[in-house]
Amino acid sequence: MSDSRFGKIVVFINSLVPLVLLFWDLYHKRVGPNPLEFVTRTTGMLTLIFLSLTVAVTPLRKIFGINALVKYRRMLGLFAFFYGALHLLTYVWFDRLFNFVSMVQDVARRPFILVGMTAFVLMVPLAITSTNKMVKRLGGKRWARLHQLVYLAAIAGVVHFWMLVKSDIRLPLTFAFILLFLLGFRLFSKYAPAQPPNAGGNLFPRE
Amino acid sequence: MEEKLKITEKSVYLNRRNFMRAAVLAGTATATSLLYRRLNPPPAERTEGEKLATATNAPKEEALNNGYAVSDALTPLEAITNYNNFYEFDTSKSGVAYAAKGFVTRPWAVAVAGLVNKPRVFDLDELLKFQLEERIYRLRCVEGWSMVIPWIGFPLQKLLEQVEPTSTARYVAFQTLLDPQRMPNQRTGVLDWPYVEGLRLDEAMHPLTILATGLYGETLPPQDGAPIRLVVPWKYGFKSIKSVVKITLVADEPPTTWNLQAPDEYGFYSNVNPNVPHPRWSQATERRIGEYGRRDTLLFNGYGEQVAHMYQGMDLVKNF
Repeated sequence: MSDSRFGKIVVFINSLVPLVLLFWDLYHKRVGPNPLEFVTRTTGMLTLIFLSLTVAVTPLRKIFGINALVKYRRMLGLFAFFYGALHLLTYVWFDRLFNFVSMVQDVARRPFILVGMTAFVLMVPLAITSTNKMVKRLGGKRWARLHQLVYLAAIAGVVHFWMLVKSDIRLPLTFAFILLFLLGFRLFSKYAPAQPPNAGGNLFPRE
Repeated sequence: MEEKLKITEKSVYLNRRNFMRAAVLAGTATATSLLYRRLNPPPAERTEGEKLATATNAPKEEALNNGYAVSDALTPLEAITNYNNFYEFDTSKSGVAYAAKGFVTRPWAVAVAGLVNKPRVFDLDELLKFQLEERIYRLRCVEGWSMVIPWIGFPLQKLLEQVEPTSTARYVAFQTLLDPQRMPNQRTGVLDWPYVEGLRLDEAMHPLTILATGLYGETLPPQDGAPIRLVVPWKYGFKSIKSVVKITLVADEPPTTWNLQAPDEYGFYSNVNPNVPHPRWSQATERRIGEYGRRDTLLFNGYGEQVAHMYQGMDLVKNF
């Protein structure tokens, strides 16, 4: 087994750890008095965490020069999609019991749900076009442009979180800062003035 | 001979490599598990309180009629003590029990002053000498969940009678302890500390309004507002201020914490009302903790028969 294959297994197993522990806690009824809220909250947080990790890959690669990180980006993105799907399913299934009328009424009263659904919908085309075949079919440039949607999805996810808290915005604020930094880094490295070779080291190489 | 030696070396090398990989896998998985546990802690264990003797209990029929008890199933103690909104300790409902553990409630005194003839500071032991009763009330949180809690306490009316409000007193203001040493989350700015609440005098004098000193037959756990808290069953839970140290009789409507935080979301009255939605969610239904699905929210939380007369002729949409 090659090192990169092994690395992927490590990322895969670690990404599944929260899910396993969540099911473990559910099975042992250690999820508090409102299990629905616990599961919703946990899967929602995991979605935001994996979205942040996904968009962190390129900046980390450039700052620390670890190009190997890019191999794990697809998997991290797919895990964001996976936990997002669980999050939505928890709401549709256990909170609304697949009652679409009640869902429409609820969404009308709680617009943050709509923002969250938008974030999820934005991730769908990214998940579908995540295979090597699709990259080839779309062509690298178009594929890359399409996948900039991940930023919109992440922003919508953070806004969704921000809108639902009553007064303690520290956690959504943290995610917003992380996202702002990562997005800012991308814009900066794209539009930063050209530098003579090696003048700035390889800290902010041009794309 | 040389060949053999090489083969052995390679297998040793592979073994070492596999060992290292197993270690990396186990190590990172353990680290991730610990991180997850840290960020998403399971409910804390409860420390037992002291037993409280209730002197009087109205006969069951009578209690059901006057609202002193409801026939709904009681919410388990585990839920009541592990699912709390008490921002002075933590803004996560599952984190309050842990953060409030060991909260010191002795000595404790409640100062009652303002527009009264006989202002007085009540020591906790004096408060516990009021005739304690059990009251089984529904509690409806503004967030859309509810519980049924067997409180132990006494009517606020009894305490107010002792201090004799003057004729100019029209409202009652309440204040929670302000002590960032003992209530660590008061060091943050998530709310304007100290937490303050208020009632109209007739609401405060209503027989359903109690000062609770216990639940399930024991003294109040810290996370539920130890050692003494207000319980107003027909209003959203945040009106039932916890860990009270000050009660002041005043002439004008006093400021209240959540109203200051978001005036368009939390009104002074905050009577439970399924027909007046919160700007960000509906109040028509609620999740009873421990039940699947949702149940309809009742006007005045089901205490209309006892309290509706106080709001006659009032626009409940305007005075939300």
